[in-house]
Amino acid sequence: MKIAIIQFGGTNCDMDVLHVLKDVVGVDAETVWYKEESLTGFDGVVVPGGFSYGDYLRAGAIAARTPIMDSVKKIAAEGKPVLGICNGFQILTEARLLEGALTTNEYPKFRCHWTNLRVETANTPFTSKFRKGEVIRMPIAHMEGKFYAEEPNLAELDENEQVVFRYVDEKGRATDKANPNGSLENIAGIVNASKNVFGLMPHPERASESILGSDDGRRVFESMADYITENF
Amino acid sequence: MQYQATVTIEQKAGMLDPEGTTAKRALGHLGYAVESVKTAKLYEIVLEAESAEVAEQKVDEMCQKLIANPIVHNYTIKLKELS
Repeated sequence: MKIAIIQFGGTNCDMDVLHVLKDVVGVDAETVWYKEESLTGFDGVVVPGGFSYGDYLRAGAIAARTPIMDSVKKIAAEGKPVLGICNGFQILTEARLLEGALTTNEYPKFRCHWTNLRVETANTPFTSKFRKGEVIRMPIAHMEGKFYAEEPNLAELDENEQVVFRYVDEKGRATDKANPNGSLENIAGIVNASKNVFGLMPHPERASESILGSDDGRRVFESMADYITENF
Repeated sequence: MQYQATVTIEQKAGMLDPEGTTAKRALGHLGYAVESVKTAKLYEIVLEAESAEVAEQKVDEMCQKLIANPIVHNYTIKLKELS
């Protein structure tokens, strides 16, 4: 098994993801510069966080239109898992691999702090190691993280169990106060209809070792690795 | 023919415009009571095309593919022939 970590100009969470995959989870992973056009030989993809192309036009807009994203789309079409974290989530929505858009936080400030998340479904390649309803902790670090989708798409996300994580308080309640950016319905992460493309604003790679304050995020990568082992 | 397209990108109705809201509040501090402030992004694109129709069609395509995000934006295109 080998997982590709895509690097664009301005990506800055690539090495953290590489460390977690290789040293913590113990799977083979490699960074891939965006000018590479092929992802042959890879069984999964992570699009990590950062500020690709200085967030010009809109966060993720330029990266989403680079040729390597055609290869990412091909991997997704083969049913292999694709994970977008923070700027990676923005890139996947801009590439139309995921529904909706990430817009400026309701209070337009860069927010960088821990959040509580409620696991809405364990039935995805990225959350098989969680329990539905479990409250977990991961940090966020973004200014354009307000999830927005038009109706009827928003309702469909709910109906199809495509909402994966919601921002909640410590008791697991999806309150306005627990919502750090004004995301519709407190949405922190979603999957596509076939559930093999996952985007989330919180950073699982920054919460993969207990010394960092939480290792809940590690289970996202472990679930992804298990899914690849079982299916490819 | 050379044309200049002025593309204005606005947030769709109902979307938040924190920059506009903040500017409105700051104008209030300066003593200006304004109804509302809306911000928008403007692109000036110069291109060669056989006709105004073709130029407009091309710019519309550019908006759909890159310049705007149709989920959250409305856009308008104004075309001018350059001499």
